[in-house]
Amino acid sequence: MFEVHRIVTDLLGLFQFADISQFLLPKVGVGAEIEAKEAIAMAPLIKYTLIFLAGMSTVFGFVLAFAAKKFAVKIDPRVEQVNDVLAHAHCGACGYAGCEQYAEAVVKDPNVSPSLCIPAGEKAALKVAEITGKKAELKEKELARLMCQGGLDKSQKKYAYEGVLDCRAAVLAGGGDKSCIYGCLGYGTCERVCPFDAIKMGSDSLPIIDKDKCTACRKCEAACPKKVIEVLPAAKAVLVACHSRDKGADVRKFCKVGCIACGMCVKVCPFDAPKIDKNLARIDLDKCRVCGLCVTKCPTKAIEDFIEPRPKALVLDNCIGCQICAKACPVDAITGENKKKHSVDQQKCIGCGICAIKCPVQAIDGTFNAEQIRIAKQKAKKEKEAAAA
Amino acid sequence: MNEFVKLFELIISASLVNNFVFTWFLGLCIFFGVSKKMETALGMSVTFTAVMMISAAISWVVYKFIMVPLNIEFLMIIVFIGIVAGLVQGSDTIMRKVAPALYYKLGIYLALISTNCIILAVPLMNVGNKYTFIESLAFAFGSGVGFSLALIIMASIREKLELADVPKHFKGLPMAFIVTGMIALAFTGFAGLIKH
Repeated sequence: MFEVHRIVTDLLGLFQFADISQFLLPKVGVGAEIEAKEAIAMAPLIKYTLIFLAGMSTVFGFVLAFAAKKFAVKIDPRVEQVNDVLAHAHCGACGYAGCEQYAEAVVKDPNVSPSLCIPAGEKAALKVAEITGKKAELKEKELARLMCQGGLDKSQKKYAYEGVLDCRAAVLAGGGDKSCIYGCLGYGTCERVCPFDAIKMGSDSLPIIDKDKCTACRKCEAACPKKVIEVLPAAKAVLVACHSRDKGADVRKFCKVGCIACGMCVKVCPFDAPKIDKNLARIDLDKCRVCGLCVTKCPTKAIEDFIEPRPKALVLDNCIGCQICAKACPVDAITGENKKKHSVDQQKCIGCGICAIKCPVQAIDGTFNAEQIRIAKQKAKKEKEAAAA
Repeated sequence: MNEFVKLFELIISASLVNNFVFTWFLGLCIFFGVSKKMETALGMSVTFTAVMMISAAISWVVYKFIMVPLNIEFLMIIVFIGIVAGLVQGSDTIMRKVAPALYYKLGIYLALISTNCIILAVPLMNVGNKYTFIESLAFAFGSGVGFSLALIIMASIREKLELADVPKHFKGLPMAFIVTGMIALAFTGFAGLIKH
């Protein structure tokens, strides 16, 4: 024991020239300084230890039990049930601080809608509605969409940016390094902000949004300094993927895939959905039937079609040969004589689905919207029958 | 007068010179856990200082008036842990009922505090240094302030660090450890503040 002490003091002596022994031998110690005693009477020691510990635990037990009883907070069991159903991403898309707060609000406040948890989706909304006895208003599925296609090789840069690799930092340096001030900067802020791992940066430094993982929580929309991500209904899959309000000539200079506001889409659209406003075409989502005609005509390929590949039209046997589809087809892919089954030229067909919309007997199948139209027509038929009865 | 000087010295010593995080390296788990955001750091600081003072006071009374007369001082580590855990559980229950708003803001940190090393170290040091009741309170307050200071400094640095261009393998916790080391080095500058 003495040896050890000597070695320690010798070692400390080495440090003394630097006068840092204060740190190595602090005066207060966690071990505390209990004086050693000559002799210990074992019997009373064990006795007092047992009595003291038993006494203390009893006191604490009673006090805690009393507190638990007296200060009990009644928690509605439904809050917990609702909480279990929610997505637990704590994304704040519902407008509350966290999932628990929303669960409490939806149980207590009759005005709070049960379908606010977007990440958990439709099933959770139905379950929450069931638990709380409310009616779920089903929301259309939405997705985050990137409104820019100007990747590294398709767009120009005005200077070489070498700062912090984050869009929110890059935008401070003269609005970012892209020549187009509306374009995606590509430093991956959305990727880092996404709580569902749905956004990955692609090789051309544009984010790729995974449509299966995206829950439309709008975190990326809020974080993007260029506001180039928009959360839109998933069914509306044809969009002008450009935000540039520059004049056409400038757009052409900065980017190969920007909207130059030529008005081609306005002319070609059979449903009158695109509008040109301040040098930018925007598609009115209420009017758009997702036919994709504008996609084929756009000279700069600024309109993006998210249905890829588009399935082509087929004519079923119940065709009555009315020739309505042949007239409606924008690319003249349908041919056929009156009162005979028509045929579709698979080479010419672009899968726009207009024929499926126009056909009076649902004899066209295979297009992306055929299923929807059939369901809608059946529903209308049932309603009509119900009304007649 | 002399008494007040001593108390002041104790507070300065516990908060700056012997800062629990930067000099003793105690309570690091909470320190890294809640120093990511300024808001949580502030909430934790307030809750921590309050719980620290109450537990130090109760521990002192139990030690002085029960354990010393019974000659069972060696039990203090177990007893102090028990006191802190019981206190935290009790205040959790009571706060939830009496002040729900405060509970949702600060109550979430209570469970974390019960397993903190500083909250155990303070009563032990009070005993070891034979502090009086008032001195114990001052020491507890000082260590609470010191911990708050550490949390707030760290939170303000880490919020900036989020955007910094840190090498990939140092991102997150490793960088936080390095920064803590550097702050600790800076805190050695306080060493000569009080003459022993």
